[in-house]
Amino acid sequence: MNNIQARFKIDWPGFSLDVDLSLPGRGVTALFGSSGCGKTTLLRSIAGLERPPKGFLRVNGDIWQDEGIWVPTHRRPLAYVFQESSLFPHLSVMGNLQYGQQRVSQASPFDLSQVIELLGIEALLTRKPDALSGGERQRVAIARALAVNPRLLLMDEPLAALDMQRKQEILPYLERMQKTLDIPIIYVTHAPDEVARLAHHIVMLEHGKVMASGSLYDTLSRVDLPLRLGDDRGVIIDAHVSEIDRQWHLARLDFADGTFWTRDQGLALQDQARLHILARDVSIAREKPLQSSIQNILAGRIDRCVDDDVPGSVIVRVLIGETPLLARITARAVADLALKPGDAVWVQVKSVALAR
Amino acid sequence: MWTPEPEVWQAIWLTVQLSAIVTLILLIAGTPIAWWLSRTNSAWKAPIAAVVALPLVLPPTVLGFYLLIAMGPEGPVGRVTQTLGLGQLPFTFPGLVIASVFYSLPFMVQPLQNAFEAMGRRPLEVAATLRASPMDAFFTVAVPMALPGFLTACVMTFAHTVGEFGVVLMIGGNLAGETRVASVQIYDYVEAMQYPQAHGLAAIMVAFSFIVLLLLQIWRPVTRKGA
Repeated sequence: MNNIQARFKIDWPGFSLDVDLSLPGRGVTALFGSSGCGKTTLLRSIAGLERPPKGFLRVNGDIWQDEGIWVPTHRRPLAYVFQESSLFPHLSVMGNLQYGQQRVSQASPFDLSQVIELLGIEALLTRKPDALSGGERQRVAIARALAVNPRLLLMDEPLAALDMQRKQEILPYLERMQKTLDIPIIYVTHAPDEVARLAHHIVMLEHGKVMASGSLYDTLSRVDLPLRLGDDRGVIIDAHVSEIDRQWHLARLDFADGTFWTRDQGLALQDQARLHILARDVSIAREKPLQSSIQNILAGRIDRCVDDDVPGSVIVRVLIGETPLLARITARAVADLALKPGDAVWVQVKSVALAR
Repeated sequence: MWTPEPEVWQAIWLTVQLSAIVTLILLIAGTPIAWWLSRTNSAWKAPIAAVVALPLVLPPTVLGFYLLIAMGPEGPVGRVTQTLGLGQLPFTFPGLVIASVFYSLPFMVQPLQNAFEAMGRRPLEVAATLRASPMDAFFTVAVPMALPGFLTACVMTFAHTVGEFGVVLMIGGNLAGETRVASVQIYDYVEAMQYPQAHGLAAIMVAFSFIVLLLLQIWRPVTRKGA
């Protein structure tokens, strides 16, 4: 029962949504897709802000919508962070935080001071929303959402309205939040970097239909889906820091089936790291490259080759032990090297990005 | 130098009473209408909005005429009031209040409707996700956010009721202390060729209207900030 079952069918002129999802009852689920794919409508349906004529929704055992059952939004123990912060302009920051908190009857184990500290808004409490920056406003909006001690947190592109700098300012707070809270978070986004950094589970939507739903690791390494990720196609690998090389400013990151070296970005020994390895940064060689500037060269076996979204480009799925990597190479290279599933190859990874 | 006569103060006091009561009634009755008009997708929206706006374009005498017929002894409203033992409404202060409510309706509803529409649905959706029931959200979010609209609506309704003449004449006549409001009093003075008295009262009306509109202009930039 510890999961979220959501089944919705909407037919509006020019828009339809038809989903049947089972989402994990904890961790961050990213609803990912291009604009107009229905991800926000799906989130609003879960919140009860839209009322799909046909629907079933069960959240960790409680039914919120079914035939003859409709729990209105204000009776659902959820919280919602909108794309624009939507703070109440007539209330101070503190007044905004207290608005929801005062309406929750149960004693909140997540009291305001904790929320205020988590989002780092101590200095803003007496201010009015119009005296805050965009990033500050969104942090207050997130704090206000948490102050109702929700059992489900819904976030609709909370960073989309912010510039890169503001986004970088908030992401660490979201990460802390995601680690501190023991509630499921459903996070709508069209930004692959946010998915890579925050999500555990991903639902890919297109034209109101679910293209894929699964763990982030499995789903991103699949090649049988027309995901249309373009340059953002890549895999996520969990690793930990096993060595810091002070002389060359490098960090060694061990994952289940091997090792990567990456620029030392202030990690400490034994830190957990989530690596984002983009397909465009991975190349393939038949022979082990002996004299290469690329430091990360791993032995693997080709699992599958499929055509990429772009003509002339092929995505090759290579298994390093059990860990899949994706490489985007040209179709001519595949032909020249006669690459086929089962072949033993060497992969060169030009860049290993720390998702977090 | 003109010294106001007691009948002038009586007319002014009656006008203030009438305008205050009408504003209060319309605040209570007009707010739900404005709210409904700002939220609904119903096919009834356009016709209802048109009916609300009718007093803006109709000659007050037309409105007054129909109300007179409706409230008269043979009219539907008149029959009800007589059956209830309330007598007839024309040429009474309550009759004047009812007529003025219809006459000033758009001045309350339209500014409120504009304020509610400018707010959009988002603030109420936010309130709902913060556990506020629709009624709770209306009073704690919609009303405070539409406060400038409420201020405009009340001032406009009050001022417009002060300035009404045609409807009063049709429905209320000219009874001292009962229905003789300031605008009718001026008309009386002019008819009786008492120009100094007419001048005095007319000047008071001009000053009042100017001050009201001036205050609205001064408040507007301050109050709009929050909306």
